[in-house]
Amino acid sequence: MNEFLNWIHIHQQMIYVVILSIFLGIEVIGRVPSVLHTPLMSGANAIHGVVIIGAIIVMGRAEADNWLALVLGFLAVILGTLNVVGGFVVTDRMLEMFKKKK
Amino acid sequence: MGSTILSICYLFGSVTFILGLKMLSNPATARRGNRIAAAGMTVAIFGTIFLYKDEAGHGLHNYAWIFGGLVIGAILGTIAAKKVKMTAMPEMVSLFNGMGGACAALISLVEFNHLLEGASPSANHSVIGDLLNTIAYTETAAFTQRIAIILGGLIIGSVSFAGSMIAWGKLNGKIKDFTFKGQHIFNLLLFAIILGLAVYLAWAKPENAQLLLYGIFALSLLYGVMFVLPIGGADMPVVISLLNSFTGVAAAFGGFLYDNPVMLTGGILVGAAGTLLTILMCKAMNRSLRNVLIGSFGATAVAGEKKEYGAYKEISVTDAAMVMAYANKVIIVPGYGLAVAQAQHACHELEKTLEARGVDVKYAIHPVAGRMPGHMNVLLAEADVSYDKLKEMEEANEEFKSTDVVLVLGANDVVNPAAKSDPASPIYGMPILEVEDAKAIIVNKRSMKPGYAGIENELFFRPKTSMLFGDAKDVLQQLVSEVRNV
Repeated sequence: MNEFLNWIHIHQQMIYVVILSIFLGIEVIGRVPSVLHTPLMSGANAIHGVVIIGAIIVMGRAEADNWLALVLGFLAVILGTLNVVGGFVVTDRMLEMFKKKK
Repeated sequence: MGSTILSICYLFGSVTFILGLKMLSNPATARRGNRIAAAGMTVAIFGTIFLYKDEAGHGLHNYAWIFGGLVIGAILGTIAAKKVKMTAMPEMVSLFNGMGGACAALISLVEFNHLLEGASPSANHSVIGDLLNTIAYTETAAFTQRIAIILGGLIIGSVSFAGSMIAWGKLNGKIKDFTFKGQHIFNLLLFAIILGLAVYLAWAKPENAQLLLYGIFALSLLYGVMFVLPIGGADMPVVISLLNSFTGVAAAFGGFLYDNPVMLTGGILVGAAGTLLTILMCKAMNRSLRNVLIGSFGATAVAGEKKEYGAYKEISVTDAAMVMAYANKVIIVPGYGLAVAQAQHACHELEKTLEARGVDVKYAIHPVAGRMPGHMNVLLAEADVSYDKLKEMEEANEEFKSTDVVLVLGANDVVNPAAKSDPASPIYGMPILEVEDAKAIIVNKRSMKPGYAGIENELFFRPKTSMLFGDAKDVLQQLVSEVRNV
């Protein structure tokens, strides 16, 4: 119990961020019309590509002789970039069509 | 100085993500919102590359590797995203989502090995056991926590990756639905084993940690596959949306691992928004998420009594063309079949040909017609169908009363009257397009096979209805030339 309370105390900032982000995430898309479900999903998909930052950190910290870390990190950077770039470009293409018909 | 600027970069990134999501939920601002989020992402990425310092104050190295990966990923991503056909959009999203999940899983693998190496300078034998005896209590707690975070990212990332790949395969028809008896129990068991192993690894710290880690990795991949395999192809949009929020959570674990606020906020935002979006999508189909995931849809429906519907009547292309050419008002109801046949251009062609003869042509769009919500709008927009011709469900239902001919193109469940009249039907209660109010209905389908709900459609057997069998694209092209000859 003590351990748990201690954990909360140390990480209160993060806990705040997590809880507030959950509410924000729900609030912010609450009124989306069904026509936009697909592009919104695609846009959100691009945003979670932020995981690329973790990949960059892994890659940038890998020692020059640690081949496992280098190769896996390199793969992670490629995959993360695919997620980010592909995600945003696909979403833009979808939304471009929406604009044209207006 | 550098770290302050990096903090500002991350703050900027987080704010653009929130703004981006907000703007994406409004048609007028959606495109700008997407670009704003992309800009924030770019700032966060380059800020990390040039300004990041680890706990010891060292910056990043291996720039060649980093930029190499970025360039390869960016080129491949752009080409794939630019080349994909509009009809294949959903599977592209699934593929990209899988990449994100795999990225999170790989990060966890590397960080775990790091943790093991860092744990013991004499890397000769049973690392963690030694460690436990030597380090102080608080450090053990921190260690457990790090392992828990790493495992969280690994499990969720791998499930998301494997699941997305299956969803991708299903959407482009490479993978068929696969179910066996007791699959749900098997899945639950598998999940319990993964959790058990993870708890064992994080808290009990066994000798062969590495082996266990790869075991968890493999089982998580298997779980992702088994999780998505039994779910019907038409439900994939919901599944992709769910896996999308999974990847968000995996990214958030990365945020915990590196104490990185932009990963944390971005990940949690997508996790929360994605979950809500999943629920909204289910609602649009008048189903619960549980119903989609357990996929009881077809299974229970078949068990119900088989009603005798009598015979249906067929119509030839020539006759169909004649009926439409002399109508005052035609409403087209597009569905899944139109998307599969990629017939949106042929459809627009028919619309123009009929309009040239003075026929009033409109489209009735059911909110869940096609492979994902909004799919029909995107598809018809690609074929340059003008926006004011697309009628949403309520509006269309008013118009059917004054309509001479309704042409149903590969839609089935969204026009099934059983949703209104038969409480025993699995789709009972779902709002439908009330095409029966029109004077005549022509249904184009490839065969009499039921739609994805697995139930017969009474509409096809009504006296007002005639069936026009064939691939939507072929039929539409023939209709166009027939109408021109009338």
